[in-house]
Order: sequence, then structure tokens, then C-alpha cells
Amino acid sequence: MGKLNRDDLDRLESEYQESRQERDYIRVGMSTCGIAAGAEPVYRFLCEEIRRRALDVEVRRSGCLGMCHAEPLVEVSVAGAPRSLYGEVGLDAARRILDQHVEKGLVLAGMLASQDGLLAPPEETVPRIGRQLRIVLRNCGIIDPTKIEEYIARGGYQGLKRALFELGPESVIEEMRTAGLRGRGGAGYPAWLKWKLTRDAEGAEKYMICNGDEGDPGAYMDRSVLEGDPHSVIEGMLIGALAIGASQCYFYIRAEYPLAVDRIETAIKQARRMGLVGKNILGSNFSCEMEVRLGAGAFVCGEETALIASLEGRRGTPRPRPPYPAQYGLWQMPSNINNVETLANVGPLIARGGKWFASIGTESSKGTKVFAVTGKVRHSGLVEIPMGTTIREIVMDICGGAEGGKHIKAVQTGGPSGGVIPEELFDTPVSYESLQELGSIMGSGGLIVMDEDDCMVDIAGFYLGFCVEESCGKCAPCRIGGKQVKMLLDKISARRATAKDVTELRRICHAMQKASLCGLGQTAPNPVLSTLRYFENEYEALLQ
Amino acid sequence: MADVIMVPDISRTVQKWRKKRGSLIMALHEVQNRYGYVPRNVSLQLAQLMDVPLARIYEVVTFYNYFNLEPPGRNNVAVCLGTACYLKGAPEVFDAHKKALGLEDGGTTGDGEFHLQSVRCVGCCGLAPVVVMNGQTVSKVRPEGVRDLIARCRKEA
Repeated sequence: MGKLNRDDLDRLESEYQESRQERDYIRVGMSTCGIAAGAEPVYRFLCEEIRRRALDVEVRRSGCLGMCHAEPLVEVSVAGAPRSLYGEVGLDAARRILDQHVEKGLVLAGMLASQDGLLAPPEETVPRIGRQLRIVLRNCGIIDPTKIEEYIARGGYQGLKRALFELGPESVIEEMRTAGLRGRGGAGYPAWLKWKLTRDAEGAEKYMICNGDEGDPGAYMDRSVLEGDPHSVIEGMLIGALAIGASQCYFYIRAEYPLAVDRIETAIKQARRMGLVGKNILGSNFSCEMEVRLGAGAFVCGEETALIASLEGRRGTPRPRPPYPAQYGLWQMPSNINNVETLANVGPLIARGGKWFASIGTESSKGTKVFAVTGKVRHSGLVEIPMGTTIREIVMDICGGAEGGKHIKAVQTGGPSGGVIPEELFDTPVSYESLQELGSIMGSGGLIVMDEDDCMVDIAGFYLGFCVEESCGKCAPCRIGGKQVKMLLDKISARRATAKDVTELRRICHAMQKASLCGLGQTAPNPVLSTLRYFENEYEALLQ
Repeated sequence: MADVIMVPDISRTVQKWRKKRGSLIMALHEVQNRYGYVPRNVSLQLAQLMDVPLARIYEVVTFYNYFNLEPPGRNNVAVCLGTACYLKGAPEVFDAHKKALGLEDGGTTGDGEFHLQSVRCVGCCGLAPVVVMNGQTVSKVRPEGVRDLIARCRKEA
């Protein structure tokens, strides 16, 4: 396949759709979680058996459908039987699926994986699954991430095409403004404004950067998107580069995510071969190059200025802002940094228009948000819901509530920069503002469920320990304050502290919030302050 | 420390990075992928090849958790201590490893067979607690299963 131009894209889309429709297939989820649960031997077994039994069934691979608790997941679509999704499939189960479902058309009801009414991965390009609406995860678990054709067949690169040939940079930014998409990395800054500021800034070169340094322990939607649908991020990057006037893009991805790195590198190669990356994209006069750079295990590198320092090959220490990267970024040139999830929204947003996007969500928080729901919950996994969905719906309805008959006490959102939300407040609709009012933050979308067995002082200590280790040490409030807070928490946990220590704890926390140089130090006290706000009794119970 | 000579394929890849701005970290990844750590004499050669002071290299290597200055074991065990794993009993799983191997965090057994370390979130939270054994993620690990896990690892090696 040679380089595509604007008309080839539509032709390819319908060709692939037709060519794949009638085929019988079995699909195995092969992202990090699937592989960890044992998907590889299942995949190999299915391939071998199908060859041995001479069945006319294609075995396909896909990324993560988000139902991590039920991995390995196997979807079966054969003529004469309803399309079905099986969970926790080992080799025995795989054999039974072949014997019964594939060969005889009998669905094995007892082995089906279902969550919130989902019986098989949906076919729409922006699917609804029960209460979920999947824009970011639209292709995850459905397409083979190593095949660009499958992305194109589901409407991929149509946003880029519209941006190039119908809209142009200014109108792209205008669409983004209408859409009201805000940064999904945590801070919630309007994406259109970042793009506009970078576009308006003067510089000989401009850079478009993807922040794939997903450091919040407990959030993994970015990994899942990079692994399961890499082209969606590439498309977002290309549209962004066009809008801000950049001809060079960088992906900054955690080295701890080798599969994600591999998938994005493969995807870039494919896109280049098809004329979607490189010179004269889709036959237009827009040219853009892409490179992948690896992080090296530093949480602070999720902060924009630290990320830039790391991209330049230096220690990832932040610097004071302003000037913001939009004016003074990589190699002192105007640079725009967006998070993976933000970018994955851009393709469909531009293809369907800003008005469509703005019709989803709440007044101030538009679109959807992906949460990684983990911890003491029955169905842990990735959930993408329209903004405004309540925490109760996410935890109780979609994810099945507590494990093993326990009582859920609280959830933590926003990771080490966020806070806890007690069960009484679970009816709060999720938005950037509502979570902030509760003393937490949206963050990157980690949502950790805690039950009656979990001690809040211990949790606060866990997060503080994380921030102390990850503090870059440049500014004193974070370096020294964090350490002192951690020591006080340890003292409380050891039942050696008095009420005076708690006062001291609060005082240092407030000082860190006010005086730290970057987001890491400013938000590190949040887990402490929010556990104090809602669970002060647990602190008091440990005092002398 | 034994002398390590930079093999030709590494110097070629490093040359490739040399032409790109700000690629010291990428070159260091290549070195670590090859040796499992960043040996001092390789750093010395890297400094010459990339035309950066040795101090700059060490400044970077010591800042990032991912780079090691000590050789790893033949088997590398990384216990995830991310939030989800922590809540699901990772500290007990980590203790079981320490006991079974007689090691502390970051330690290597005397025979160089096992290296144990704690890591931050490998992004596999749905299957917590997880352990990454020689690059393979093992899900839903129980403390009582750790001895078997290590025994299996020893046998395969």
C-alpha cells in the first residue's frame, strides 16, 4: 500500500469494512493486562487448534476492552450463533469454546463475561456500553492495534482529513473551543486555549508533545489507549500540530510501558508508509514528523517543564512558570503538551464537530472521562463515562460495588495529588469543579476504592511516601516539608503522636501548598488534608 | 568492577542518537538494555562518543529511577507497590519475597541469581497485586505463592 491522498481514505474505509464483515473470527485481548492474565498461550492454542481442525475462522488480536478483572477475554463471532464475550479463559475454556461455540454454535452461558449489560464488544464507532460512552476507548479491545487498516475502517483519520481539507488551523481551534475539551492529564486547562497560545507565540520552530508519562500509581488508561489504539493518539497529535503550526512531534512515554512504546512505534511506521506522517500528508501541503522518547522513571516528569527538561536529555527538574511552554518550551521554542487521553478525543471531536462533543457532559466539563477503577471493587478495570455521572454509578452500578460483602468506605481520585471522597458523597456528579469542591481533583483518572479494612492514615502515609521519593529536591517546601509530613504520619501510625502533632501536620501541609515550586509539591499534601477533612476520627483514634 | 568494552553495535546505535538533539537519555536506555545497567567504563566511552562530560551522564543516571549503576541478577523480580497493589496486599507479597530470597529492596543474592526491587505501578492495576518476573507480569500474586514462583523461576533459569 502506497501513500494515501484524501480520497483514498474513504475508499479504504469502506473496502475494509466490507472485506471483514462476513468472516468468522475469534478475538483475544492482548494488552498488558490480558498478557499478564495468560492471553498468550490461549492465543497460540486457538491458532494451532483452528489450523488443526481446518476451521475457516480468523484468530485476531486486540487491545484492552477495559474489563481487566475478567482477563483473558475472548470474543467469538461465528455465523449461526450470537456474538459472545468470554471471560477468564484458560486453555480448557478455550477448548470448550472451540468444541461448543465455534463448531456447534452453542453459547456457553456460564462462561460469559458481562459487565453492565455488555455481552459482546459493540460495533458502533462511538459505542455505548450500558452507562458508558466510549470516545477515547472507542477502538480499545475492538481493533487490532498493529493494523492501521482496522483503525481506518472505523472512521480513523477522518478528523485529520476534515482538519486538513475543510477547516484549516484557525477553524480547528475554533471547533476545539466550541467543544470545550479540557486537559485530561489532571489540571483541566482548556485544550483550545493552549493550542491558540502556542499558535500565536512567535518562534522559528514549534513542537507538539504527547505526555505519555502516566505516573499516577493506579491510573493506566493512557497505557491502555497507547497499546490498544495508538493511531487515535497519532491522529490527535497531527491535528494539534496542524493547529499550532508545528512540523515536529514528540511522544514522551514511560519506559515502564514497553508494549505501549512498541505499539506506538509500529503505528508511526505504518502511518508514515501510508502518507499520514511525513511530507505532504494525504497529499496536502502539511508535513509533520514524529519521534518517540522514553521517560526513565521519574514521576515529576509528568509536570510540563520537567518533561521538557527530560526531553532535552537533562534531569527532569521543573522550573518556575511563566513563561509557559506555549511561549518558551522545548529548545526554548513554543511547545504544546497534551496528555494521551486528551489527544485520543481530538480525532472524533473534529470529525463530528465541536457541537457534538459539547452536547456530552456537564456545563463546564464536556465530553467523557476514563477512570481506572481499582482496589477493593468487584469489577476493576477501565470505565469511560460522560462527565456528570455520579461516583455511585461508577463504583456501584458499573463496577459492581464492593468485593466480598465488605462496606465501601471511600474512593481516592487524583492519585498522590488528589484526595479521598467518602461514601456519603458518592452521589456527586463527576466534573472538574465538583471533585475540587470536595477537596480532591479529577487528576488523570485513577479511582481507587477503599473498604472498611483500609486505614486512612496509612493511605495518606502511602501517598506521602511516594511524593517524598519522587520529589526532585529543587525547592525546600517540597523536599523538606514532604519529609516532615511523612515523619509525622509515621509517628501517628505508631501511636506516638499527640493533638499538637496534628496541628503541626496541617501547618506544614498548608505551607507546602503555598510555597512549592511545581504541582508535585503543591498537591502532595492533598491526601493528608482530605483524609483529615473526612476521617479525622481515624487520626484521633491513633493519638496518645 | 570487571572491564566492559563497548561492543560495536552499541557504539553504532549511540552514534545514531548523537545526531539528535537531547538524546542522552535514549542513548542510556540503549546501554541499559544491552548490559542491564550502566557500567562506568561504558559511561566513559559514552561521554566521548556523545561529547558530553561524564558528570552530565552521572547527573542524569542518578536522577532517574529506571537506570541502574549495579549489575542486575540473572533473574529480576520487581514487586509493584502502586496504590492498587498496595491496597490488595503488595506489602505482604514484597515481605514474602524478601524472606524467600533473603534480600532487602534493591539487593542481589550472593550468587548473582536474583535481584529484588520494588517498583511503582506497572499499569496493571486491574490484576493487583502484580509482580514482574524477568519482564513477565504475574497477576494476583498471594504471599503464600511466592516460594513457588521463585522456585519455578530458578528451574527455568
